[in-house]
Amino acid sequence: MSMLSGLLGGALIGLAATVYLLATGRVAGVSGILAGALGERAARGERIAFLAGLVGAGLIAAVVASPAAATSTPTPVLIVAGVLVGFGTRVGGGCTSGHGVCGISRLSRASLVATAVFIATGAATVAVANHFFFAAGTP
Amino acid sequence: MSRRTLGALFAGALFGIGLVVSGMTDPRNVIGFLDVAGRWNPRLAAVMAGAVGVHAALLGLLARAGGGRGARLLPRRDNRIDRSLIVGSAIFGVGWGLSGYCPGPAIASLGFGARSAYVFVAAMIVGILASALVPRRRSGCEAP
Repeated sequence: MSMLSGLLGGALIGLAATVYLLATGRVAGVSGILAGALGERAARGERIAFLAGLVGAGLIAAVVASPAAATSTPTPVLIVAGVLVGFGTRVGGGCTSGHGVCGISRLSRASLVATAVFIATGAATVAVANHFFFAAGTP
Repeated sequence: MSRRTLGALFAGALFGIGLVVSGMTDPRNVIGFLDVAGRWNPRLAAVMAGAVGVHAALLGLLARAGGGRGARLLPRRDNRIDRSLIVGSAIFGVGWGLSGYCPGPAIASLGFGARSAYVFVAAMIVGILASALVPRRRSGCEAP
């Protein structure tokens, strides 16, 4: 069931990335769209519109489905993580959507490498965090 | 509202619904995927397969549209592997693993009113602004 909803949700994401490309001529990389909305004057309106749609979807989901969004991550860790994600995605030129979905879809070698690297360091981080911060057996 | 803006709004909403439906707005599913040494949760792999499958298929159709003329509308393949790509992606992965959030799900979660998402997104904006201080990769995202 969870695999099926993953596949279905993923298909919607793939469709959305195509709609964004057709509408704006640009790749639907969320980190790039956010950075562009913050820093560039050109095409700012459509970037803000995409981000508004993203937040709006969350708003709709909260009303109709009360989605699970529980995270036990302590606030200082969230702050460090947020800074690393913002910084890293801009230095590396993309995130899970820009490199992971859009880049891999067109077999961009840079995106394949980027995705392999962030999955590897993400997995290493989770392994280290589990080892040092959580006792064995916690869910 | 222009058609471009309306299209972008619709794309963002569809993208966000996809993230919610697939469970990617729940950081536990992301951390579960990255927890390869523990109880591995494969859902993110299904999401990537669905997203890449559909997007690649539609890009293929677009490329063939108009007797091949559609191809020039598509973003170019980016094959430059440089230090910024590797270092930046490595740093991103650490933050992703610490929180279970990447930019898309974090921004969509603002709509839930999840406090953790607000904290994370505010910090992420600081990180984006700070990245202007170092050499950055010209975004492969901004094409063609």
